[in-house]
Amino acid sequence: MKKFIPIIACLYVGLVIVVPALNVVAGAFTKGLSPFIENFKSEDLQHAIRLTLILTAIAVPANTIFGLVAATAIARRQFRGKALLLSIIDLPFSISPVVVGLMLVLLYSPSHGLFGGVVKALDLKIIFAWPGMAMATILVTFPFMAREVIPLLEEEGWEQEEAARTLGANSWQVFWKVTLPSVRWAALYGLILTTGRALGEFGAVAVVSGNITGLTQTLPLFIEDAYKQYQTELAYGAAMVLGGVAILTLLSKILLEKYISNHKINP
Amino acid sequence: MGSFINFPPLPSWPWRITWAYLGLVLFLPIGGMALKAANVGASQFWLLATTPEAIATYKVSFGLAFVAALINGLFGLIIAWALVRCEFPGKRLLHALIDLPFALPTAVAGLALSAVYSTNGWIGAPLFALLGVKVSFTWLGVAIAMVFISLPFVVRSVEPVLEALEVDQEEAAWCLGASQRQTLFKIVLPQLSPAILSGVAQGYSRAVGEYGSVVMISSNVPFRDLITPTLIIQKLEEFDFNGATVIGMVMLIFSLFSLIVINGLQVWGRNWEANPSS
Repeated sequence: MKKFIPIIACLYVGLVIVVPALNVVAGAFTKGLSPFIENFKSEDLQHAIRLTLILTAIAVPANTIFGLVAATAIARRQFRGKALLLSIIDLPFSISPVVVGLMLVLLYSPSHGLFGGVVKALDLKIIFAWPGMAMATILVTFPFMAREVIPLLEEEGWEQEEAARTLGANSWQVFWKVTLPSVRWAALYGLILTTGRALGEFGAVAVVSGNITGLTQTLPLFIEDAYKQYQTELAYGAAMVLGGVAILTLLSKILLEKYISNHKINP
Repeated sequence: MGSFINFPPLPSWPWRITWAYLGLVLFLPIGGMALKAANVGASQFWLLATTPEAIATYKVSFGLAFVAALINGLFGLIIAWALVRCEFPGKRLLHALIDLPFALPTAVAGLALSAVYSTNGWIGAPLFALLGVKVSFTWLGVAIAMVFISLPFVVRSVEPVLEALEVDQEEAAWCLGASQRQTLFKIVLPQLSPAILSGVAQGYSRAVGEYGSVVMISSNVPFRDLITPTLIIQKLEEFDFNGATVIGMVMLIFSLFSLIVINGLQVWGRNWEANPSS
């Protein structure tokens, strides 16, 4: 029985994860390398890539700052309801992305939103435009950073910060010279996870964007659209780009884990 | 940790920024939707939440997600066991691959699964030829996507607990004459049960809300394999804002409820580790 366990485990993971993943790679290169590169001349694809990068460039810095600030504010304090606050920060992970999108529509839609009047009066374009999509991306990705950094800060304790303070450092200096360096690897991993999810977010952005080709279509939306219109190769090509991001995320996780465990043994 | 009395006073601005950001990004949208839902009125809310169309999607979303979570409860345990207790070639690769459903954007996952399990795909074609079973664009495909998306949760929650489990107890049980089966069911599984349940609950919650991968493998036909999130999008496209709000609220309430259950399970698990008899 015992020797079957790894075999069952590998078979299951193979059927559910490995074969589908290899299929994307095979599908992208069925006709060789040059048609694969040719795909990227599609203007809609280029636009989708650009928009995805812009949204990521907005969401990632915002959430990085929030995550670090929230971590320093929460981790070292003991207060009632701390566990609850941590669950609240995790909330975007358990809300369906479609519901996240819906919530933003119900706030900012000019016709039906809670702030519809204001949006209309100021002639803002939030829903079906990039500001709404950026908000959706921010909402869906903000827990990652805080979540990676908080446990580490809790573990490390206060002594070094206290020492720095006693020696006359102000809070800004303490943060830059003591706190941030001590959590840099966790922060880096949080940054990678945030970026990965921001690049790949689908549901929330789909609801908010209206999915207009060449205008509000992001890379994940482009993949769905191309697949549904039987432009299979184009879909596979675009999927390879996003899939590559996922592989990079995994690789960096492995490397960081290795580094951190080595670092713990001989710091 | 330093003593509480000498705790250095924290600058209050990180605390304020945290709450302001949370308020703007998280509480405002949730509150807005709750307000919109409250405006619908109780009787109308119930009516819109329980239309036959909506109930059919609940059955697909909540039902299939449950099946997927159970399947992963079993296989997640087997995978965690293999990773912690067995030595085999490719173990580290397996360890890394488990996280792929977390890392892979859902649109790519949906594309990959939909293609592989379609009637001319790598796995779908033999299934169709041998058993006459169609997977992609049926409810089976929806279930597969949910299995994919919720696979890592049980593995990741069981792994650390299994690692901390002392083999001594099992050896003691064997020495006292317990069979392998008895050891598994009376010694090992009870200690893992909080971790398994918490992983299953997390996977379930994730699978219920999943949109990207499911929508690509489903045929999105109402009363057949239409999931609740897709119904919300369809309602929005028909400008039925009340309908979308109500169903969205049902899903939000479910998310909050499952968050409480998962937290409860994790607290139970920690207490269990500290004091197994309680």
